[in-house]
Amino acid sequence: MNKYGGNAGAIAALVREAEVHRDVYVDPEIFELEMEHLFPNSWIYVGHASQLAKPGDFITANIGRQPVMASRHTDGSIHVFYNRCPHKGVKIASEPCGNTGKFFRCPYHAWSFKTDGSLLAIPLKKGYEGTGFGDTQANEGLSKVRNVVIYRDFIFARLSDSGVSFEDYFGESLSTIDNMVDRSPEGKLAVQATPIRYMHTCNWKMLVENQTDTCHPMVAHESSAGTAVKVWKREQGDATETPMAVQLYGPFMSPYEFYEQSGIRIWPNGHGHTGVANSIHSNYQDIPGYLDQMVAAYGEQRAHEILGEVRHNTVYFPNIMVKGAVQILRNFIPVAVDKTLVESWVYRLVGAPDKLYERALMYNRFINAPTSIVGHDDLEMYERAQEGLKSNGNQWVNLRRLYDGHEEQDVTAVINGTSERQMRNQFHAWAKFMTMDMDKRIEAAE
Amino acid sequence: MISEKTITDFIYEEAELLDTMQWQAWLDLFHPEGRYWMPLEWQQQDPVLQPSLMYEDLLLLKVRVERLAGERTFSQKPKSRCHHLLQSPRIVACDPAAGVFKARTSYIYTETRGDNLERYSGWASHDLVRVGDALKIKLKRVDLVNFDAPFGNIQLFM
Repeated sequence: MNKYGGNAGAIAALVREAEVHRDVYVDPEIFELEMEHLFPNSWIYVGHASQLAKPGDFITANIGRQPVMASRHTDGSIHVFYNRCPHKGVKIASEPCGNTGKFFRCPYHAWSFKTDGSLLAIPLKKGYEGTGFGDTQANEGLSKVRNVVIYRDFIFARLSDSGVSFEDYFGESLSTIDNMVDRSPEGKLAVQATPIRYMHTCNWKMLVENQTDTCHPMVAHESSAGTAVKVWKREQGDATETPMAVQLYGPFMSPYEFYEQSGIRIWPNGHGHTGVANSIHSNYQDIPGYLDQMVAAYGEQRAHEILGEVRHNTVYFPNIMVKGAVQILRNFIPVAVDKTLVESWVYRLVGAPDKLYERALMYNRFINAPTSIVGHDDLEMYERAQEGLKSNGNQWVNLRRLYDGHEEQDVTAVINGTSERQMRNQFHAWAKFMTMDMDKRIEAAE
Repeated sequence: MISEKTITDFIYEEAELLDTMQWQAWLDLFHPEGRYWMPLEWQQQDPVLQPSLMYEDLLLLKVRVERLAGERTFSQKPKSRCHHLLQSPRIVACDPAAGVFKARTSYIYTETRGDNLERYSGWASHDLVRVGDALKIKLKRVDLVNFDAPFGNIQLFM
């Protein structure tokens, strides 16, 4: 059934001021259109430059469902291209990361490409003489993704040739990435760990919404964080120190008032974060030696400024979340309308004590792993929603908490931390980036 | 006297406690300093500064076990069940004088909940110590053959 394709009006009608139609989560056609429009029109995270330390290093990724790869060229520059041979479409790289040496070589017919993607050689090249090959796209080598920006080592790409610039798209929201990088005394992050991968049988947007949903932790995670707090109370005896594990679990059980006053900040284009005044990451125990390193690197005032910014979850629309205070990025990779691969990455703060890295890795496996009890709580809710939304009794999802009747769109604002406004912000951006090129494409087709 | 048979019996009994959901009795098999470790990298050496799926002490294992029975543990409505199919453990060390008892066991693990059933294959490495007359778990390490694949919920113990 073709209900939404090329029909920007029908898509826009799925997003009301404070409600969204369930088709955004369950309709396969909507998912196809997200792959065709929303993801190519948005700036998508590809990887981190530290994964491409040496010339010839490469990583593979997906933008929406499209396979891409990034590589470090011999001159030190980073390039992003589609991961398919221009000949027959074979994926050039099949591993998450590696080093290809001086060139990429397709394993099927040995076409080879420089590490900037350009065509290097084809066996029996004379077979293409006089065939017009020079005028084909294949002659250019691996198709390049032209819009690539590397911001403080974070590699982002936009597949569409036209659209919103990187600076306009992210704007002030980049301050969360800034804060995460600044937390290294050397101003540098490094990926040294494979990500934790966790398959979710639900729509990708449920995960994104949950990042700024502050009214669920004390309910859905009573079973995990609540039990952790209870067991520790019973077992602590005369312990003088709270174990790192309990420090990480405990704050999830903070009451509504805590989340209300900690605040939410929204930005244009669907970005936003929880934990403005303080957050569940505010009261971790100091790691010995770290503050001294930071003061030595940045000076007293700046060091405290950096460490005093303890934002909770920052959503970079459409599909990543960054936690500066614990150096984690979660990538919600859409697989199908009801299937999402979550890859959770930890960044090591270069030059900082090992204990910080230990804590980040611990947080990641406590919260983001298929073996995580907090993860079990959340996935159960997403799966039940994916099932429940098939009901025709009510076709709308309610996002009305703290809606005041006339919200301005694409603004920066700080609001009550239990508001669902960031979810509304995301859906406004969703409708915008879904439909922005639809009319143009129809014209082009006609 | 702890023999090789004592070690293999211990490992079979542990699996049976898990399969019959006798969680408290399973926890009692752990030494107070015992750990349960699921690495996330091939032949991983470091559980702390390399990423793991699980690396938990007795406190955290107690949290898991208590959570499984919780009234508001919605991911256990309905409850999960599990099944361990073990190959004969290979004794890596059985040295009563030094107090070193180690075995490695190949397994197929099944976890099921509602209409879903998932199978996992891997190796369990037991590092045991003697406490009084009994063996206790100092470290149980479970290496999945596809540790790097994206799984859905794994809620019980391999």
